[in-house]
Amino acid sequence: MRQRGRNPARARTAAMLGAVALALASAMQWQAGPARAATGTGRAPEVLTYASPVELLFSRDGKQLYVLCQGSDEVRVLDANTYRPIRNIPVGHVPRGFSLSPDGARLFVANSWDDTLSVIDTASLGVAATWPVGFEPSSVAEDRTGTHLFVANRISNEVAVLNALTGAEEKRLACGRGASYMTPSPDGSRLYVTHVYPNPARQPTPGGNRVPPHSEITVIDTARAVVVDRMPLDRIAHAFHTALSPDGRLGATAGLHPRNLVPLAHLEHGGAFADTITLFGADVGKPVELPLDELERYASRPFGVAIAPDKSRIYVTCEGSESLVVIDVAHALRFIRTHNGPYVQDLSASAHYVAARVGVGHDPRGVTFTRDGRLLLVANRLDDTISAIDTRTNKIVKAIELAGPKQLSVLRHGEQTFYTSRYSFQGQIGCANCHIDSTFDGLTWDLEPDGFGRDIVDNRLIEDVKDTEPYKWNGGNPNLPTECGPRTEKYFWRSENYDDLTLTDLVTYIRSLPSRPNRWRPHGELAPAQERGKALFERATDKFGKPIPEGNRCSYCHSGPKGTSQKSFDVGTKKPTDNPGPLDTPQLVNVALTAPYLHDGSARSLEEIWTIFNPEDKHGRTNDLTKDELNDLIVYLRTR
Amino acid sequence: MKTVNAIALAMALLAWASAPAAAQPRSAVKPAVMKAASSTSQNPAVPRMPRFRFENFTTANGLPDNHVFTVLVDGDRVWAGTGNGLAVYENHAWKTYTTADGLAHRAVLSLALDKRTGDVWAGTMGGLSRISGGRIDTFTQLNSGLSNDVVYGVSVEGENVWVATAAGACRLDLRTNEWSLYNERNTPMVEIWAYGVSATPGKVYFAVWGSGLLEYDQKTGRWDKYEDPDGENEMVLFKDQGLIHEIVTSVSYIEAGNIVWAATYFGDSRYDGRYWHNFLTKDSGLPSNFTNTIKGVDANRAWFGTDKGLAYYDGTNWAVYRPSLTTGKPEMTVRDAQGNVTEVAVTTAPAHNYILGVDFQGSDIWVATASGLSHGILQPSR
Repeated sequence: MRQRGRNPARARTAAMLGAVALALASAMQWQAGPARAATGTGRAPEVLTYASPVELLFSRDGKQLYVLCQGSDEVRVLDANTYRPIRNIPVGHVPRGFSLSPDGARLFVANSWDDTLSVIDTASLGVAATWPVGFEPSSVAEDRTGTHLFVANRISNEVAVLNALTGAEEKRLACGRGASYMTPSPDGSRLYVTHVYPNPARQPTPGGNRVPPHSEITVIDTARAVVVDRMPLDRIAHAFHTALSPDGRLGATAGLHPRNLVPLAHLEHGGAFADTITLFGADVGKPVELPLDELERYASRPFGVAIAPDKSRIYVTCEGSESLVVIDVAHALRFIRTHNGPYVQDLSASAHYVAARVGVGHDPRGVTFTRDGRLLLVANRLDDTISAIDTRTNKIVKAIELAGPKQLSVLRHGEQTFYTSRYSFQGQIGCANCHIDSTFDGLTWDLEPDGFGRDIVDNRLIEDVKDTEPYKWNGGNPNLPTECGPRTEKYFWRSENYDDLTLTDLVTYIRSLPSRPNRWRPHGELAPAQERGKALFERATDKFGKPIPEGNRCSYCHSGPKGTSQKSFDVGTKKPTDNPGPLDTPQLVNVALTAPYLHDGSARSLEEIWTIFNPEDKHGRTNDLTKDELNDLIVYLRTR
Repeated sequence: MKTVNAIALAMALLAWASAPAAAQPRSAVKPAVMKAASSTSQNPAVPRMPRFRFENFTTANGLPDNHVFTVLVDGDRVWAGTGNGLAVYENHAWKTYTTADGLAHRAVLSLALDKRTGDVWAGTMGGLSRISGGRIDTFTQLNSGLSNDVVYGVSVEGENVWVATAAGACRLDLRTNEWSLYNERNTPMVEIWAYGVSATPGKVYFAVWGSGLLEYDQKTGRWDKYEDPDGENEMVLFKDQGLIHEIVTSVSYIEAGNIVWAATYFGDSRYDGRYWHNFLTKDSGLPSNFTNTIKGVDANRAWFGTDKGLAYYDGTNWAVYRPSLTTGKPEMTVRDAQGNVTEVAVTTAPAHNYILGVDFQGSDIWVATASGLSHGILQPSR
């Protein structure tokens, strides 16, 4: 078994990388944009705790601004006029979403990594209760009557319905995969729920699941607490925030529309993604997806959405392009009426309705209006700043700095590099396009310029990816600097933009990524079925007493703490369209989350790996197992 | 191999179920007492039993197929599992979900409603589907932990979906998405052909074709088994001393009174935790021992779907609703405690006498038959 940090060659490499990083740190000054404040004169080698604001809310009386800080695990309360700090309220780990009760007395915070909800008393500005909730809570909303709390749980793909007084869970409603963001209708009767990973393919297809991605906006009736509708988001793989106009007649949802069915080599011919906003509601009629991109002015990874109180403008934060896109609603509606869709492929469309593109900070996320609607505030997650934009001039009038380190650490710079799109051809995409929130995307891609439909690959999770080299499914990249540097620049970015220092910081950040807590093994011990599955995983003889050859045991290839021997094998899953050669053994870290499976994503579930794609027992000896035993093996794998 | 045989037998039964009534074997059972040509309004001695006006649905008025295996009422909506898709009746119109929408298979054999979420679960000949807000998610033996794709029964209780399949029983824990399989290896189930399931927070009952009635106690996690004391002998030697027969086709558990109603192809049973009471055509108003489905109302009342009509038992008296076995004309008969059978004048009847499913909509009844779906609208008593 490989021990972390005991490999001399790896230790030497790490030391050299660190030395290079430190030596160059003093010479480096990060070029900040107009609202970037949290940058210093050099990069700090140590791990610093940044605030990392992701969402913003004003108190009901408008006197306080609540800032949800994902990096420091806090809600920071600022004076709404002066933006001076009033109090920092510690909450759970990696808070992702928050909302006020209708009366403003309680502020609910969804803590995504410790599966809790913090209930903050807004009068005392203290945590009144912490309630356990489902897997990876990402947003929360209370109904108008104070009866139910709705919590979107990303990992379990559901919205949980809680008793609003006690926090007791009453039921869960099936939503889209990666359910994350919720927006109530103005009258509170409906909740609109989006999800960040595409819904699974319904039917297997002969060449793997090469079908366009599909997402939905799940519509929940808050009074009955049931799903009443699912608005399809065809070809959208990742949907983020939704906003509704005060009259409820116009809705807008930020989405990512991948072009993963054609070779990515076509980046220079119009992009790997369309960055879009889907408009819906009575003002629009049938939902319409509008592109935000323009040639050389891409709106990479739209995330936060706000609609002006007078419904004249829609504002969309774009993480990768570090900008705020301002849409003229009247022009957009006129465009829809006068042009035939679909519009997504049209890079000239957005010129008809995008009124401005305002540069903001690194990784802009949540947005909110001041009470008078004159200012729009944007949370710049990777700058620890809030950009205040005058909605009449579309100019930044103030950069609000949050307290915290002013130095740019190596990790912070690496993370900024990961989330920005500035390094790709025309600023189209960044690492986070395919690794949503530093995870994965649930898609298969045609990456290489070897023709349509050849060498299809599933995108892999990058949590805890350190020390799992080589990379790529064919094991062709020996280390992360190669994977993230020349390979990414050549095949993804179609550019050569990283300097050595930036690449080093990016790799350092990726190597630092931990795995999310495993929800199927919460206390470490295995349940009986998981124990039985572990025994099957490790067995050396089959059910007939025959020895299983070493290379045909699960635990041989998927060895070590991360479940990879870091070697390549032929497990009988290659297709005629694949290039020759064995396949790298993927790590098993949080494997329960990462469907589809196999190198080309042809298995839609863990079960299909063995029920469909292992006819000759080359991917482990499994055909002697009963269905019960296969289920045991799978519940064990979920604990990895 | 057992699974293959079970599927083959199931297919044969389904084919038989869909055959015209005239082609079905008939028993020689006749009413114990000659019927009197009178109606209840004319003869106050005849027990008052519910009278319905049946409105029948077929492909002629919107159903995707006339073979209706199961029916489920969800408020104003009525779901019908047919041989060619899952149909839902709402606002006086039918909408059909098919495999193109993601349904596991065109033949929908069983339905269950998750009352908390409004989701509908459909057991089909090709897997289990969840219909939620118009979206269909499908679970099969290949893509999930489901033990077998032939799903005869489904029942939802809390976070658990209980499933009766041609290869044993399953439970899907909706909270963890984990499947638990129950079969001959971990239960007293000898045959693994589970045909029906009725789940409550306290107990879960499985109707097992050839293996009696299985009981799972949710608190203790223990299984118990109820069998025919006569064994596989099809003669009833010990009536009311146990389950009427090993071939159990349907079960309905009333948790409030701890009452189990069980249907078999050789009569029906009621069990109150201590005593059994069995129902046979020869000594009750049951129109046929061949019972496809049973639905208990409470400790005394139940509905029986047989191959010779729909029957209702109120604890004392029986009513049978069907097209006449001889003339095909609408027929309703009432049998009192003394065994007197009276024909009640009616102008409508269920679409067919081969009854496969029953559900209730207020005081109305919906009936799945081998040739159409019937809506029985309760008529005022005269």
